[in-house]
Amino acid sequence: MAAEMLVVQELNKTFATPTGDVIALNRIGLQVKQGEFITIIGPSGCGKSTLLKIVAGLDTRYEGTVLLNGKPIDGPSIEKGFIFQEPRLFPWLTVEKNIAANLSLRKPEVRKRVDELIELVRLKGFEQSYPRELSGGMAQRVAIARALLRSPDILLLDEPFGALDAFTRSHMQEVLLDIWQKNRTTMLFVTHDLDEAVFLGERVVIMNPRPGHIRHILPINLPYPRKRSGNAFQELRHRVLSEFEKVEGPDIDEGAGI
Amino acid sequence: MQQAETKRVVPGHIRAEKRRQPSRFSIQSVNLLLGVLLPVILLAVWQIAGMMGKLNPTLLPTPGVIVQEFVSLAASGELLRHLGVSTWRAVLGFLLGGGLGLAAGLWVGFSYKTERLIDPSLQMLRTLPHLAVAPLFILWFGFDETSKILLIAKGAFFPLYVNTFLGIRSVDGKLFDVARVLQFSRWQMISKLVLPASLPNIFLGMRLSIGVAWLGLVVAEMMGSSSGIGFLINDARYFSITSVVFVGIIVFALVGKLTDSLVKLLERRLLRWQDSYKGGDAS
Repeated sequence: MAAEMLVVQELNKTFATPTGDVIALNRIGLQVKQGEFITIIGPSGCGKSTLLKIVAGLDTRYEGTVLLNGKPIDGPSIEKGFIFQEPRLFPWLTVEKNIAANLSLRKPEVRKRVDELIELVRLKGFEQSYPRELSGGMAQRVAIARALLRSPDILLLDEPFGALDAFTRSHMQEVLLDIWQKNRTTMLFVTHDLDEAVFLGERVVIMNPRPGHIRHILPINLPYPRKRSGNAFQELRHRVLSEFEKVEGPDIDEGAGI
Repeated sequence: MQQAETKRVVPGHIRAEKRRQPSRFSIQSVNLLLGVLLPVILLAVWQIAGMMGKLNPTLLPTPGVIVQEFVSLAASGELLRHLGVSTWRAVLGFLLGGGLGLAAGLWVGFSYKTERLIDPSLQMLRTLPHLAVAPLFILWFGFDETSKILLIAKGAFFPLYVNTFLGIRSVDGKLFDVARVLQFSRWQMISKLVLPASLPNIFLGMRLSIGVAWLGLVVAEMMGSSSGIGFLINDARYFSITSVVFVGIIVFALVGKLTDSLVKLLERRLLRWQDSYKGGDAS
């Protein structure tokens, strides 16, 4: 397939705390191809969100190389769509205006794309609703549409479905796979849910804490749509889990297992 | 799955309307009745006590007498003339003070350095009472309109300043990250994030400012003036025509309530998105 679009090499990140420096990321190396779906899983404190924030350009204090399309990352931009754990919608804007945000809906091309995206994230009929009228899953879909409108090269998702109930979460995972298969947007998806990581990713990046490092990168060679109940799925799930059982106190969410 | 979710989350406005429609009229009229209940009882007791000769008419004329006075003042055109002058002063003072307060609030709100530079001085000036500075204003600007309008403006400045400042500083920091990721320009950060987010505070400031503008007006007109509702009250007090004093007070109350309602109406239209607590027993 296409060339590496995201290259991370020898990435180190240290937080200064009153009790001394804490190494958050230790010699991280990761290469992501155009159109790939990568999930990153690890217990809290393993630095997975920190890694994502660095790729997003929200955190620029690090050592090492991070290249997107061959260029170093020097700040946030619309090429790197970011989905936060919470939807973070503008409460004073309706759904369609939230998706458009700083773009004008009066422009015919914006209007057209927004309508398409509302269809894509299955929010037809809610264009004029305010965020307070939406459920958590719907609000997160608005946030996804808002990022997609900017046609990002890569979509960075920071535990986007963590706050949703099990049913809504599995629905959202299907919506996201649907979007990925239609748009072929490169996805970097951080989660602490074992099931979610194996269900979504073409490769699962397994991270461990103290200091945050990549323990293993596991390819998931299962065709989409994946069956959670299948033997192959369960076996891969166990392999990911076994990477954590080697460290003490894994607070990994084993997933709802639906 | 999709269906289950949509069923659970019918847009709020539709849901609310459905619930309200059959009994909408009766609930509104009940609310209105509740609101007037207390004043009506009070007025009735007052009127009856006055007619029985229990009240000194110079100190406390009956509601009937006050209404008669009101009608005669209104009919002669005198009331409207005074009200016109007062309104003009209040509006001008409010626009001047409120406008500057909004501008200063925005300026200080956006810049930490400006805050350090001018907020301490402004906070010191804020606590100065009208009555303390009125003599100075008169000395500096004379008895004519300038001193009055400036006194009103001084009052109207601070509520808008403080609340605009507070509004800007309480914008959710998480939304700034969103704006950065979406590559908002500096101007878009202000117009599409900070201003809408601080609008509830700005409205609160505006309502308080208008209230203070009316207060300042009374002080200004009572200090020395030959027209306006404040003058009407002061003049009547001098000649012990208590009923006119009451008429003036009532006019102040009515106009104050009216302007407040207008701002509230505007607020409701512009802040429809707000999802706030409206009181536990609101229907």
